[in-house]
Order: sequence, then C-alpha cells, then structure tokens
Amino acid sequence: MSDLDLSPLLQRLEGLHQQGRTALLPALHEAQSLYGYIPQPAAEAIGRALNVPLADVYGVIEFYSLFYSQPVGKTVIHVCNDPACALAGSETLFKQIRFQQEAAPTGSSPPSLTVEMAPCLGLCEHAPAILVQGQPFGRANRQTWQDLVNGKGERPSSLVGGTVAILTANCGLGHTVELSEYLDLGGYQALRKAFQTQPRQIIEEIKNAGLVGRGGAAFPTGLKWEAAANAPGAVKYVVCNADEAEPGTFKDRVLMEDDPHSILEGIIIAGYAVGAQKGYIYIRGEYLRSYEAMKKAVDDAREAGFLGNNILDTDFDFDIEIRRGAGAYICGEETALFESIEGKRGFPRLKPPFPTTHGLFGKPTVINNVETLANVPVIIRKGAAHYRRLGTEKSPGSKLFCISGDVVRPGLYEVPFGIPFHHLLYDLAGGVRPGHHFQAALFGGAAGAFATPDHLNVRLTFEDLKEAGLPLGSGVITVFDETRDLRDVCLRLARFFAEESCGKCYPCQMGTQRQFEIMERIASGKVYQEDWERLQDVGWTMTDSSLCGLGQTAASAILSAMKRFPHLFQPA
Amino acid sequence: MDESIRMTIDQQNVQAAAGSTILQAARQAGIEIPTICYHDHCTANGLCRICVVEVEGVRTLQPACVVQARDGMIIHTRSERVIRSRRTILEMLASSVDLSESPEILTMLTQYHSDAFRFPDAEARHPAVIDDNPMYIRDYAKCILCWRCVQVCAEDAQFTYAINFSGRGFETQISTFYEIPMPESTCVFCGQCVGVCPTGALKPKREWLLEMGYSPDEIMSLTRSQRQRRKRREENSPNPS
Amino acid sequence: MLKGEKVVPTTCPYCGVGCNLELHVQDDFIYKVTSPFDSVVNHGNLCVKGRFGYDFIYHKERVTVPLIRKQPQKPGQRTQAFDRSEWREVNWDEALDYTADRLTEIYQRDGSKAMAVYCCAKATNEDNYLLQKFFRAVFRTNHVDHCTRLCHAASVVALQMAIGSAAMSNTAAEVKDCDVFILTGSNPTENHPIIALQMKAAVQKHGAKLIVVDPRRIEMVNYASLYLPIRPGSDVPVFSAMAHVILKENLYNRQFIEARTENFDAFAASLEKFTPEFAEQVSGVDRQLIIEAARMYAAARNAAIFWALGIPESTHGTANALSLINLALLTGHVGRKGTGLNPLRGQNNVQGASDSGAMPWHYPGYQAVDNEENARRWEQAWHIEPGGLNRQRGLTTTEILAAVHPGGVRALYIMGENPMMSEPNLNHTRKKMQELEFLVAQDLFINESGAFADVFLPAASWAEKEGTFTNTDRRVQRVRKVIPPRGQSRPDWEIICDLAKRVESRLNRPRSAYWDYRHPSEILEEMGRYVPDYAGIRYERIEKVGLQTPVPTLDHPGTPYLYSERFPRGRAKFHTLEYIPNAEMPDEEYPFVLSTGRVLEHWHGGTLTRHSWMDDLFPEALMDIHPADAARLGIMDGSPVRVTSRRGSIVLRAKVTTKTNIGVVFIPFHFREAAANLLTTDALDPQAKIPEYKAAVVRVTPASEEELTAILESQPRGRY
Repeated sequence: MSDLDLSPLLQRLEGLHQQGRTALLPALHEAQSLYGYIPQPAAEAIGRALNVPLADVYGVIEFYSLFYSQPVGKTVIHVCNDPACALAGSETLFKQIRFQQEAAPTGSSPPSLTVEMAPCLGLCEHAPAILVQGQPFGRANRQTWQDLVNGKGERPSSLVGGTVAILTANCGLGHTVELSEYLDLGGYQALRKAFQTQPRQIIEEIKNAGLVGRGGAAFPTGLKWEAAANAPGAVKYVVCNADEAEPGTFKDRVLMEDDPHSILEGIIIAGYAVGAQKGYIYIRGEYLRSYEAMKKAVDDAREAGFLGNNILDTDFDFDIEIRRGAGAYICGEETALFESIEGKRGFPRLKPPFPTTHGLFGKPTVINNVETLANVPVIIRKGAAHYRRLGTEKSPGSKLFCISGDVVRPGLYEVPFGIPFHHLLYDLAGGVRPGHHFQAALFGGAAGAFATPDHLNVRLTFEDLKEAGLPLGSGVITVFDETRDLRDVCLRLARFFAEESCGKCYPCQMGTQRQFEIMERIASGKVYQEDWERLQDVGWTMTDSSLCGLGQTAASAILSAMKRFPHLFQPA
Repeated sequence: MDESIRMTIDQQNVQAAAGSTILQAARQAGIEIPTICYHDHCTANGLCRICVVEVEGVRTLQPACVVQARDGMIIHTRSERVIRSRRTILEMLASSVDLSESPEILTMLTQYHSDAFRFPDAEARHPAVIDDNPMYIRDYAKCILCWRCVQVCAEDAQFTYAINFSGRGFETQISTFYEIPMPESTCVFCGQCVGVCPTGALKPKREWLLEMGYSPDEIMSLTRSQRQRRKRREENSPNPS
Repeated sequence: MLKGEKVVPTTCPYCGVGCNLELHVQDDFIYKVTSPFDSVVNHGNLCVKGRFGYDFIYHKERVTVPLIRKQPQKPGQRTQAFDRSEWREVNWDEALDYTADRLTEIYQRDGSKAMAVYCCAKATNEDNYLLQKFFRAVFRTNHVDHCTRLCHAASVVALQMAIGSAAMSNTAAEVKDCDVFILTGSNPTENHPIIALQMKAAVQKHGAKLIVVDPRRIEMVNYASLYLPIRPGSDVPVFSAMAHVILKENLYNRQFIEARTENFDAFAASLEKFTPEFAEQVSGVDRQLIIEAARMYAAARNAAIFWALGIPESTHGTANALSLINLALLTGHVGRKGTGLNPLRGQNNVQGASDSGAMPWHYPGYQAVDNEENARRWEQAWHIEPGGLNRQRGLTTTEILAAVHPGGVRALYIMGENPMMSEPNLNHTRKKMQELEFLVAQDLFINESGAFADVFLPAASWAEKEGTFTNTDRRVQRVRKVIPPRGQSRPDWEIICDLAKRVESRLNRPRSAYWDYRHPSEILEEMGRYVPDYAGIRYERIEKVGLQTPVPTLDHPGTPYLYSERFPRGRAKFHTLEYIPNAEMPDEEYPFVLSTGRVLEHWHGGTLTRHSWMDDLFPEALMDIHPADAARLGIMDGSPVRVTSRRGSIVLRAKVTTKTNIGVVFIPFHFREAAANLLTTDALDPQAKIPEYKAAVVRVTPASEEELTAILESQPRGRY
C-alpha cells in the first residue's frame, strides 16, 4: 500500500477540485481506472481534494457496485444475470468462467481475473451478454473464455426494426451518426426553429403534442417543463436520465450509441424552453460505449457552436456535462440520480418537494428520459399536429419497444402507439422460438407485471395497458415460452431488487431481502404453507409504504405472477 | 404561517397550524401514531415508515412524520392497509435485528399483534460487537438503521462526519472510512450518536461492561493508558525512516 | 440492558458552556451520561468530557481519607509526596485541628499578609463564596484569587474600564442571530465544543459569516468566510486597523457613538497610525483581508465578537481586549440580540467564582475592597467589628507565589487548583512552593501542587454535592448530589465551615462570621442579600432551567443580553491604544513563538482528565509544528523534539500539521511529563497581572527516543 503512487491521481484531481463534492464519482472513476480499485490512500486524497468527509467517500464507494474498495483482478468480467440472459444460458457461462478463475494459479494477489454476476446489462437482444473490462460482448456462450478475456468476441450492434422510423430514423445503420451526418440528415434544424420562437411557445408545443415521459412514469413532459420554467430562481438545470437499468430495457443505449445528437438537440431545446444554463447526461456506469458516443457528440457539438456561449449567435448559453453512474439501479430514480451527480450515495429523496422546484443542487430541474428527449426535436421540427398523426389521442406518437427472451428476432422496435401486442410479438419479432408457444411476457421489466395469452390482443397504448393491469413502463417486453419456470424468473427479479435496494426505507430494505428468501424457497419447491401470505404481506407493504418507486414496484411482478399463476406459489 | 388548517383524522375533526406535519397534527389531537426513526431533534427522513397513514386520494401510504397536513385532508391512521404495513415492518425488523434493548419497538410488536418469528430461515444482521475505543461500543446487530447517529455526527449536531454507511440495501451498516477503528477516524467521542441511539446498538463502554457483569471496581481497573503509551513507544522507536 | 436506579439532572463540571447533564446511576456507579434534548444550553449535545469524562470519581488514585505528611516539611526544603506511603491517614478531626492550629499559629505570628488562598473555578458558587469569606472574615486578608487571573483577567479589566462590567454581554446560542461574527484567540472546537456546534450551525444553516483572526489555523477556519492568520501578539494593530478602515470609509455608527459612548474624538485621532499597511507589516496579514474584514463586520446588521484566551493571556492583554471593545463601540454592535462582546469563559464556574468574590480586589459582586462603603456592608454581613475587614487590594495568583518568602506569604490554602501545572515559568513556581511554611490542599487527587502540601483534605466531587455553577453566559445552574461522597470525602463547603469554626474558636472571636448552614441554598441566599445580581436567585427557581444574571428580584426572568439601555458605567468609553510588542520576540537563538492551550480530551493541569479513560484517547503531549518548519529542522510526524525557552526545557513528540502557522508552535499544558509551563514566561500585563502564556519564544531541536523515554519513565510512582 505504501508504494502506491498517488501522483497521477493528484494530477487528475487538480482539474476536479474546483468542483467540490459533485466531482466525487468522476474522481472515483479516475482512481479506479488508475489502480483497478480504489485504495484507501487514493480515497483519502480524493476526499481531501474535493473537501468531502472521508467517511462519506467510503459510503459512496460502498454504495456503487462498480467501485471496489479492495483489489480485484486485472480483468473484471460481469456476466448478465437478468431473465433474458438467463434464458440464453448465462448461468452456465458464469460457472464456466468462474471455473477458469478458480483454476488459475493462486497466491498471486490480486488475482488475474475477477468474475461477477451483474444485473441486466441492457444487452438483452444479444443474450447472454457480458462485459469484459466494461466492453460489451453478446452471445458470449459462443466464445471460449480465453477469447473473451482477450477481448475477442461478438461486438453487439443494434438490432432495430418496427413499422415506423421516427426516433430510430438514424439508428441501426451499423455506426454512430456523427455530427456532419446528423446535419446532413436535417439535424439541429429543430433547435434553429426553437430559437426563433419564445420558450413559452415551445412548452406549449410539447404540451399540445401530448408527449409523456418514456422512462416509466408517463408524466406529461410539457407540464414538467412548465413547472420548472415557472419556478423561481435564476439557476436551473436539465438532466437527461440515461441510467437505463430496468431489466430488459436497451432502447436508450441504442439511441445514444447510434444517434447521440438527436438527444443533445432535445436537451438543448429543453434547456432553452425552461431557462436552464446547464444540462447533465447521467449514463449508467455499465454503458461505456454509450458514454463514449455521447462524449464525442457533446465535444463535437460544442466545437460546432451548438453548445457553449451564444449558441447559434443567440444570447442563449448552455452546456452539457456527462456523468457516469457506477452500478446502482436506484440512480434511475430521478432524485437518487441528483444525489449521485451531487457526489452522494444514491438515496432517493422525499417528495415533495419535486424536482421542478427543488432538483439538482436544490435548483429547479427538468429531468427527462433519453427517449423522451429524442421526441423533442421531432415535435419541434414538424409541429405537434404532425406528431399526433401517429398513435392514439391519449398516447400520441411512436414508441420504442425492447423485446427479448424467447422470441425469434429480439431487438428494438419502433411502432406507433396502438398496435396490438400480437402484431409486435408475431409479425415483427418473429414470434416465439420455433417449436414452442407463448406462455407469458413480462411487461415493464423487473418493476412490471406478467401478461398471459389472454393479453395477446391488448393494444399497446398507455390507456389500454392500464386497463389490462399491465405497465407500459419503459417499453420492455420479455417473452417466456411454455418451457420456462416463471418461479425462476420471479426469483431472479427478487434477487435483483434485494441487490439493488438502496436500504433507505425499511419496507424495501428488509422487504426485498425477505421476498428474495421466500422466492428462493418457492423456486426450489420447498414452500411453506404460510409463504403465500408472507409474500403478500411483504409485497403489499413494500408497494404501499416504500419511499420511492423502486420499493413501490419491487413486488409488482411477483404479485402479478401470484395473481395470474397462483398455483406456482402453493405447496405441491 | 399563523393560519390554521382543518382535516379529519380517524373521523375526528382536527385543527392544526399550517405547516404542521400529519404527525404533529395528530399528536396535538391526542391521536397516537407510532414512530421509530423519528426524533424531535434530528432531521426527519421518513425511513422506518411505521408512521404511515392512509390519506384519501393518495395512492401510497404517507409517512406522517414528514408529510405536511393540508386543509381538507381525510386521514386514516388505523386502516387495514396501514395496520398491515406496520405489522409487517415490525415483523421484518424482528427478523433482522436484535431488538432486545428496544422496549418501545417490542411494545409495538405486541400492539400490532406482530409475530417476531414470522419469517423462518430469515437472514438476520449480526455483525460482531466493535470495541475499538475507550468510550463506547458499537453493536450493530442491534442497529435498525434509523440514521440518527450519522445525522448527529454530521449537520444535525456535530459536523464531524466520522461515520457513514457501508454496503447498501439489507447489507447496509454504519461504518467509518474503510472501517478503520474509531480513534483513527475524525470521531471526537462527543457521544452525540450514543445519545440518540434508540436500540442500545451504541452504548457507553462502562454501561456495557456493567451489563456484562463486571463490578464498578473491576471496570475502573481496566484503564489502558499505560499499556497504550508503551505500545505507542514501541511502534515509534524502531522507525528511523 | 440496565434499568438503572435513578437518573439525576445536573450541570457539567468541565468548561464554561455549562451543559445540562443527566447522570444514570446504579449501585452508586455512574454508568452513563445523557443530556435532555430540550436543554436551552446544549440541546442534548455534549462533548467527550461531558459525556464520558466523569470516571475520575472512581479512579483508584483518588484520595478519600484525610492525610497528613509523615515527614514534617520545612520552608525551603519542602518536597513533593505523590506516594501514599509518605502520608499518614487521619480522621477529619485530626486533620482539621492540625490545619486550624497551623493556620492560627501563622496568622497570629505574621498577620493577614501571611495568609493566602486559591479558590477554585471548578467548585460551586457556594464553595467559593465561603472560602473567600473564610479568608476575608477570619484571616482579614484579600490575598484571595483563582485561576481567572490566568485566563480572562485582562478581558475583565478591559471590560470594566470600557463598559463597567465583566461578563459575556450576550448568550452564546445567540450566535445564530448574527449576520457576521468575529472569532479571535479562541478554538471553540476543542475548548467550548458546544458553542462551536452552535457557531457551525450559524454558518451552515443560518447564513452567518465568520471571520477568524488567529495565529493557529483552527478547525473553525473551515467554516470561515475570512481567515486572518496573524502573528502572535499583533492583535491591537489588526483590530485597530479594522477600526481605521471603518472610520475612513465612514462605516461607523455615528448615532450609537453620540448616544452611548465617550472619548470618541481622541480615539479617532489615535487611529491615524493604525493603517492597514502598518498592520500588515506587524501581523503578516494581507492588508486586503483586514480591509475586507472591517467592511464585513461594519456592514452587518448584527455582528458579534467572540474571544477566548488568545486575547487576554498577553503582556498587552488589556489593550488587546480594548481593541475589540473599541470595534464594537465604533459600529454599535453591542446591546442587541445577536451582537455583543463575548469573552468565552474557560472553566465551568469561572464566572461564578468571580461573581462570588474569589478575587483579590473585589468582594462578591465585583464590589471593590478598597471602597469603604463596600467594606462596611460586608462587615455587617459577616458580623465583623467596623474597620475589621482589610481595605487593601490583595495579591493576585502569580503575585501570591512571588510573595512567598519570610515576611511575605507563609500559608497557602489551595482548593482544587494546581498552580504547579498552570502557573507560568514552573521552575520558578516550584521554588516558591518549596518556600511555603504551610500548605493545605483540598482536592480529589494528590496533584503536582497537592504533593507539596502538609495536609490533604479529601473533597467530594461535583457529583457528590449540592450547589450552583454560573456558566459563560451568566446562567446560574444547579449542581446535584447524585451519589454519596466516596469514602470519607466531604463537600468543600462543609470542610470550609468546619475548619472556619475551629479557627474562629482558636482566635477567640467574639462573634462568628456564621458557618452553620444546613444546605448550600442558604449560602447562595446569603450572598444574594449583598450581591444584587444574585438577589433573585433561589434554588427553587432554577430546578429545571437556570437563570441568567443579573436577576435582581425574585420575579425577575433573568437577562439574556446586557446593555440594551445603558452601560454599567453610563457611557461606554473608547480607549486609545498603542502597539506594544510581546515581552519576548523571536530571535536567532529562540526562533519560534510558543503558544499554549488545551486539547479537547484534557482539562488544564490534568488532575481530572488524566485520571480518566479520556487519557487513552490523548495519552501524551504533542507539539504542533508547521510542515515547512518541521522539514527545515528534519522533524518527522511523531518524532521526539526538545523545546527550550529561557526558563526551561521539555521533550515531547512533534505533530506536523498545518493547524499551526509557520514560526508558531503549540503545546497543550496538561502533561506533567512535558509541562508546557516550564517554558512560558511570567511577564505580566501591567493592568490585569495576567501572564503571557500565548507568546514565549523557544528553540526546537530534534531529540532522541531515549530522552523521551527517560522522561516518561521518570514519572512519579502512582501517577497516571
């Protein structure tokens, strides 16, 4: 420990120390990239440079699963453990790599290889997926582990389909659309148009378009912007929530990796509309490629004068900073995300007050999902009326669906709101894998609910799904054929929540753990008579009484499974 | 803020000063709402959710300690949903933490007909007692994560920031920087944390020793300064670098 | 889980904050201390001493039997006896008769001038009132003083000169009502921990701005808007330069000056020389910082000044304090909530001991001894024939020791204090202690001073007696008997009464001064009859919450802040000042300025805290030195150093830290094995007679582990 050379870290900290605590996660990422983990003296140096109490520095390191306070292997492999990857054999893959790890010569410290199970990596259409030193590989069961360790494997490229191509117009081209190409395709026209109108009118346009949030909560975007615009205070922020971590979801990753400028354009317009000076893009730590694509886009946009002072010769100043998460599903919750940007543990805040008045750094803040923001240039460029030509009255426009699991063509599909589920499943995604039939689908990810064959005709709109008791969520659908044991799926979801609960409020902190333990019993067939009631009590207590959306939905899939497949939860 | 507001709590008309929390309004009206993490002199964070109540028109149950009462609210403090949540939270606590020195929580367990052994084979948190300083011990097997100690160590009182958390979720524990012994941390041994700990997880060392059966005389003969001074001398002497 | 037999509320015996405590007891063992969260003083918060530092009560070294030295001691050859084998255990009658005999003998032979007493800022108001009464009424001497002389004497003198009273003008907790406050010569984080919390909250939660003026980079600097790192002893130039700026930029409060002050014109003229440039030259502080500080303080709606011993413990301590008073008068930042002149008092009852007359120039209530009317009043109170009380100002603590010689002071009575640790220039103190003819120690432990005594009277601790303490913001609070006195120990007030009666009968006094109190409450009532500020205080009135003096009547609610209408002397007076350098200035031979003080975990001479488990937290003396100085001298963190002044030399470990500035070293004075006061100078402030503890010049050289070990091993047996 004493021969640790802190000088490169100290050098990098020089650039960060002005920012103070908000630079904590970036500083920890720096330390980890230098040393492979965060040695105590490095953490101490960071705390002193950023003026963060040391105990708090440790608290933050401990909160995020991608930060290590102890030495780890030279190569770190994360194997995705979400339902879609499990269906594709991630468990076996994990065991194989683990076996190699254990067979490696011992005594060398740190070990050369560290392998860990990871929550959904957002590569469900390439299942089973892994990260090797942060770099993604798809269908990893087809490679030898040596190839994987050496970075040889299938680099996943976007699988994009659907019946319309509005948000995905520039996606699936096999490369990232760069600034010049984006401009050729009509990019930043919406921004120019926006600058010719008053901010109020932009907000009106968004309201008229009926755009609602695509992150899962479906809150009307225009109202959110209006509230932030009206909130008192000169300093305001726009935050793009790119902490896509809902198991089964990968739409934001595709948008960021394929068409980053469309998102930037949306953020800049949002900033102009609400009177913000700064935007943040918070990208989950596992999305290294998205981070790199967005980073380049921001740099290019700044270079070209779309960011910075006097954008496009207006008096509007606006810039964007990109932040990386570090392995915490909870940071997709908007207030937890703010805490994370502020350099703290990702604990969700009590609401009210809401972000539109007390958001990032306590200032009025608009926080929108990536897909939501990608809709903005579309609406502004062609107008609300044009936007409303697709979809239904209550669910206008198009929607991205992430379909994975036991389907022939997993991938990202853009469709107008209102098509029936079976159309998406059978006509677009090619139906259930050959020789099998549809048993169930998980709508909305881990925080979602199960659809049965009875739901095949349901129309994919907010209103229809609500009536059917299914969440649209972020547009994720994981399909299971008749061979799959849904108890195992529920167990995975329960483990996911037990691992991702932040631990702040009691119902979720302990409920996710108890739910996981009961599901372990149920999945292994050793059910107690009273487990049904226990699971119901725990589930409803979390749903009713948890502090944030994570806890409130941590039981939703299991409760829906209990409702639709009660026999699975009974003693044999 | 001199205005007063009116609401209904358990069919009772209640008047309170604007800005009151539901908890304050209820307590003024003599309606008892249980609390665990709440402390009059700490920032309320709404962690334990034992104080949840049902507010008509609101989807989820609301923590009374932090939610502001509003004019016209209709509040139920003992509805079926409320009781289920409170009972289950207490049962989960009992299955996770040693509550033997939390008489108030034990009383609640009885009041809510909670079964302390509701969850068979449940993993409990039972880290070993940390006895790393002469002033107080930390027995986190009794810690209910009410956060009071962390808060009074920080902005709620002391501005010392010696403790924060390790782990997350169920694995959360109060911890110093890299779990270093307390004397190596920024701790100034004010014991503010001990003062607000509701479960005996933090305890003056002499109280702890007395409980373990040592007599006062035996306790007072345990002074370690001589030993420490010697130890320190040994550590320092062969250190020419 | 302990149920505990009882929980008793009382007041903390350590610092001047006066925190409210609840002692939890089982089998007469205090196993826990809590504090009520609704306490107006400390809101449930405590520091390590208040929360955990009471175990000295049960320490095996505590003396709970009266002792008389086996070997009779002779002046000039007096020795220290730490070991119990050098003492004979006796009963109270024998101890008190012996003491009475010896005191009477000396008094009858040499008269009043031979008798002196050190009262105690740790003891109760009642104890102190009685002890000064004993020496004044029975021995007719005013050689009565206590450690206030060594802490805030200069503040007291300055405040009396300028304002006519000598206490904190405002309540400490009012700091949250300040817009700006100056903190100077004070390290509240360690010395007034609860006030430090209130100050931090004021900055962090209430938007107050803090200006720190200090030669050490104390922890509060982290909360400061401005930090002026002055050279030790440059206080007058810096604060006068601030006044200069305020005057020049027309930021002063003309209305206040006209209505409530005098001598402004002379003062204004005297400021001409105190330019920021001059202050920068003397203090080393960037003039721009001085100008900014002046503007910030002057522009505030409410601004206060808090100071502690860095101001008074100087040969120009009175001038230092006057420079602060001048600033407050110039801006009118006094007499309102959230403003004021606030000397933070050190000891739990230094305010009360001073109020109770434990001072050589004043009877209780700051009534001058050389005033005929006052003397008459007290003669009446104590049933003394007219003209019986001594009208001459007595000697101060340092002067008392200086006067120990044949024909001077022969008998010294020490209640609770430890001059052999707390006086400056201890080698000199030692000689003087040796010269005494008779020495009484009344204490819990045989400390460095008690070890010189002929007789040791075991006193009850604060938890074993009833009484009152008056805290730094003048709040009189109850002290309660929580457990019975250990062994044969007795409360100080009882010992004093018992002894006084024995002396009176030996002197055949026609009338007793009265010593038949049944309860300490009667003592406070007696004092209240003659001290208007205490007239309205009764034990019943302060059972739950203390009252802040002045409390002139039984229905008076107490006084949170002073001088809203008028100053005690009528108009407050501006004083013209001169810059006077410290008695010693660094030179080639002694290049460092030594500052002394306390650390959080210890108290003064260490009699209590070094008999506590707190000693485990801070077991040995450390000298703070700046990294640049350390590097230059080849000193590593933790390595032994020898520190030498013109008066003495000690060896201890260095702590390399930026908490101290270049050219300044800091040593706490708690550790007998490296007693800082062996180095300090006994040069005194001419007006207040306070020594210059904060600025002795020293030389620092690397030492060997052997030198350090030799000193540690030479500790007297049975200590620590």
